[in-house]
Amino acid sequence: MFSKKSLKLLTDPINKNNPITVQVLGVCSALAVTVKLEPAIVMALSVTFVTAMSNFVISLLRNTIPKRIRIIVQLVVVAALVIIVDQFLKAYVFDVSKQLSVFVGLIITNCIVMGRLEAFAMANKPIPSLIDGIGNGLGYGAILVIVAFFRELLGSGTILDIKVVPQALYDAGYMNNGLVILPPMALILVGIIIWVHRSKNKELIEN
Amino acid sequence: MENLFNIFVKSIFIENMVFAYFLGMCSFLAVSKTVKTSFGLGIAVIFVQVITLPLNFLLEKYLLKPGALVWLSSEFADVDLSFLSFILFIAVIASLVQLVEMIIEKFSPSLYASLGIFLPLIAVNCAILGGSLFMSEREYSNLGEATVFGLGSGIGWMLAIVAMAAIREKIKYSDVPAPLKGLGITFIITGLMGIAFMGFMGINL
Repeated sequence: MFSKKSLKLLTDPINKNNPITVQVLGVCSALAVTVKLEPAIVMALSVTFVTAMSNFVISLLRNTIPKRIRIIVQLVVVAALVIIVDQFLKAYVFDVSKQLSVFVGLIITNCIVMGRLEAFAMANKPIPSLIDGIGNGLGYGAILVIVAFFRELLGSGTILDIKVVPQALYDAGYMNNGLVILPPMALILVGIIIWVHRSKNKELIEN
Repeated sequence: MENLFNIFVKSIFIENMVFAYFLGMCSFLAVSKTVKTSFGLGIAVIFVQVITLPLNFLLEKYLLKPGALVWLSSEFADVDLSFLSFILFIAVIASLVQLVEMIIEKFSPSLYASLGIFLPLIAVNCAILGGSLFMSEREYSNLGEATVFGLGSGIGWMLAIVAMAAIREKIKYSDVPAPLKGLGITFIITGLMGIAFMGFMGINL
């Protein structure tokens, strides 16, 4: 079903060209929503939807958008998609939408979306753009889920609100690490992910 | 007056945009290589923040809130346009940034030369839209509070990026493990600075 080229478009952003650890895009909202796994997954899916659809729409319009006002046009398309996501979340998963608070709205200014629109959708056909959007959304989601997994496991001893650290361990004196819940630890965890990722991919090391 | 001062101090230190909410991280990480450029970007952020927040406050109060259109006619008492807030806020920010850019270019070419390249970047800086969204979520009650919040959060952001740039200028000379160089160590430093800023959290104003 996938040609080699589109498969590359899909998988590259997940590893070698990851939006967060390599392109440094979309860090803003990535970190505040990773205290628990559930909001992180919802956020990852929302961003994937918005990047994919906005890439597709902008790519369809790419020959008709005047160059000088392209940023405003792009922002309007993205904002409309984010409103759809926001209303959807409010209707079906209200609790999570409350937890995400302003960060759903901030998908509009998430640099991944704008970055992919500028770098890819403005110069490529709709279908490859759609695939590129999905790939970048997933690459972003992967980091989000990894960070959230460790923060929830170490910070609350649960995964998706199911207890995984046995009670016996608590009785023996184990305690949840309160520091991991605090926002700064998310940054340090991403730093560690970058460390591991770059030791595996030597060509990404900066001088 | 006291209330305004509280909001000001709170938005700079306790609820710092970068260290407490990670807003504006993209440009924070990309531009914080030298103190001089990060100072320029910081000034531009303060500038845009102080203008957009009061504007968006008025927009929210007289157009978007449930029942906000009553001043037009009492028939509109149950109209709720708040779902439009994202699109209107971002439109205000993007067009204002464009306008500010043109005005600066016309009246102060020297300021434009130093700020110019950063202004388009600001339209997609999450700290700006985040400021507007926080303003509407926290329901500041008047124009003064919204403006002071804008000023404070802008200054807080500038403080963060200038401090970061100063540290990064020094860290060039340290022996960082190769895979951590550049981006990795920057993340970890930001995290450590965030922990330091958490010291302010205990302060109750």
